[in-house]
Amino acid sequence: MVWYVVLAVSWGTLLSAYQLLMQVLEQGEIIYFLGGWAAPWGIEYRLDILNAFVLMIVASIGAIVMTFAKRSITKEIARDRVYLFYTAYLLNLTGLYGVVVTGDVFNMFVFIEISSLSSYAMISLGRERQALMAAYRYLILGTIGATFFLIGIGFLYAMTGTLNIVDLRVRIQDLEDTRTVITALAFLTVGISLKFALFPLHAWLPNAYTYAPSVVSAFLASTTTKVYIYVLLRILFSIFGTTFVFDIIALDWIFLASALLAIFSGSITAIYQNNIKRMLAWSSIAQIGYMILGISLVSVTGLLAGIIHLFNHAIIKAALFMCMGCIFYRFDSVQLSDLKGVGRYMPWTMAAFIIAGLSLIGIPLTVGFISKWYLVMAAIERDWYWLAFAVLAGSLLAIVYIWRVVEVTCIQSAPAKDHPEARQPHMKEAPLSMLIPLWILVIANIYFGINTELTVDVARQSAEWLLGFK
Amino acid sequence: MDYILGQYNYWVVIVLMMIGFYIVIAHGNLVKKLIGLNIFQVSVFILFISLGYLKGGTAPIYSEAYTAYASPLPHVLILTAIVVGISTTALGLAIVVRIHKSYGSIEEDKIHMMDQDS
Repeated sequence: MVWYVVLAVSWGTLLSAYQLLMQVLEQGEIIYFLGGWAAPWGIEYRLDILNAFVLMIVASIGAIVMTFAKRSITKEIARDRVYLFYTAYLLNLTGLYGVVVTGDVFNMFVFIEISSLSSYAMISLGRERQALMAAYRYLILGTIGATFFLIGIGFLYAMTGTLNIVDLRVRIQDLEDTRTVITALAFLTVGISLKFALFPLHAWLPNAYTYAPSVVSAFLASTTTKVYIYVLLRILFSIFGTTFVFDIIALDWIFLASALLAIFSGSITAIYQNNIKRMLAWSSIAQIGYMILGISLVSVTGLLAGIIHLFNHAIIKAALFMCMGCIFYRFDSVQLSDLKGVGRYMPWTMAAFIIAGLSLIGIPLTVGFISKWYLVMAAIERDWYWLAFAVLAGSLLAIVYIWRVVEVTCIQSAPAKDHPEARQPHMKEAPLSMLIPLWILVIANIYFGINTELTVDVARQSAEWLLGFK
Repeated sequence: MDYILGQYNYWVVIVLMMIGFYIVIAHGNLVKKLIGLNIFQVSVFILFISLGYLKGGTAPIYSEAYTAYASPLPHVLILTAIVVGISTTALGLAIVVRIHKSYGSIEEDKIHMMDQDS
């Protein structure tokens, strides 16, 4: 069966990603020349600590979501299209791995488009017909973003004559006050910001995540935005360097403003949603705001907070969307009004939702607390106490929308409670093959919230390394 | 005058880019939006190719008569980008076909109204 092949591939790549991360931690950068052609004439694949970390994130989410997918898609994707879903999934994984691993800017563009095209295809496999319009809208906006990225690459190539990231850094040093390079930075930043849904450019995200099949939402919400934020880090730090981007152009103020608007508008809009998947989508927009907030603080702690939130949010959102997948599998609906008292029939699923929700809010002992902690620390380092309050206010808003779901599903009683004969056979816990991957992620949430050594160490090393590019 | 006529290519790029972008934003017909997206991408291709032009250069095949060879790299990049553009258009049109099957219309405002009613 197709699923076994795809499962073997995704777990195989996870093992490779893990080994690569260990190797980079011990030995430093790994460099590979594609086809034996040395850089800068050929395309090189370069793994440093930031790369390897993001690769690990994508690989683990890819493998765990694929384990979850087998039962989940039986309910959500038409049977004659299931093989197409698996194909698009693997293509998407390929594209994301390629973006993360490559050291050549144009190669990055090609892989960005590979992963984007397969995600448009996956979103359009959703059951409701609104999925098609959501996929179409995402296609238009995503392609505009990628084309802006291409224009930026074109200008950089015109000024320096090279496409290799390391080589671009060397050659761009003297050229930084030319109008072409400044324009290139503008196009690259706006293009990639469209792709990871930074605040004013987020219009495609709510519909895309709501109407896609649950597996697709879980996968896309946890990986694509993280990978594109990684691309942003690569461009801003490894190509242009901190002096140009943040001192001369003052991009950090723009990011700070966008991030704060994202956090508040995302969280407040999430509170009013009846469709839980749409609520989680708006919550994702807010969380992307947290990551960009960390990056805009341009300090070791700030960057560390941003990078570690890449990992933390991936496991939180994947767990939350997988809970919705379990609920949809049994109850055929993700509207909050249809799900009164669901907790009674699906205790394990709702317990997972509660723990992942606490992590999203940032309660101590969970992984979400670590990112919020470092964000607040970074704000206090700069004596920006108002920013620390803003971060905490965002968490308070998250409490509201998570609590809404918990109250309706776990505290209100099910309509079938008073009429035991109305209880239908489908109203029981989700199957084990869906619960186990979900709980692996939930336990990861708690484990990495308590034992933070590995993730914080890797994130700190990446932050210090990125800030080394003056 | 030389500024306008000498940089003729780049003016065309700007005009095409704005036309393409305007079509994407202003038109409600889904197929027209895709056409606008294509025009937008074509303008970027023309930009790259114009950047790759070398005055007095020839194709990069060794010949006794020439000393300047134009780099093939921008052209290769554009070929790749054209293929990416084709895939995007094909996927977009496939989605439009399915939208037409589901909604019976490919006008964005009619589709929006149908979604509001349901």
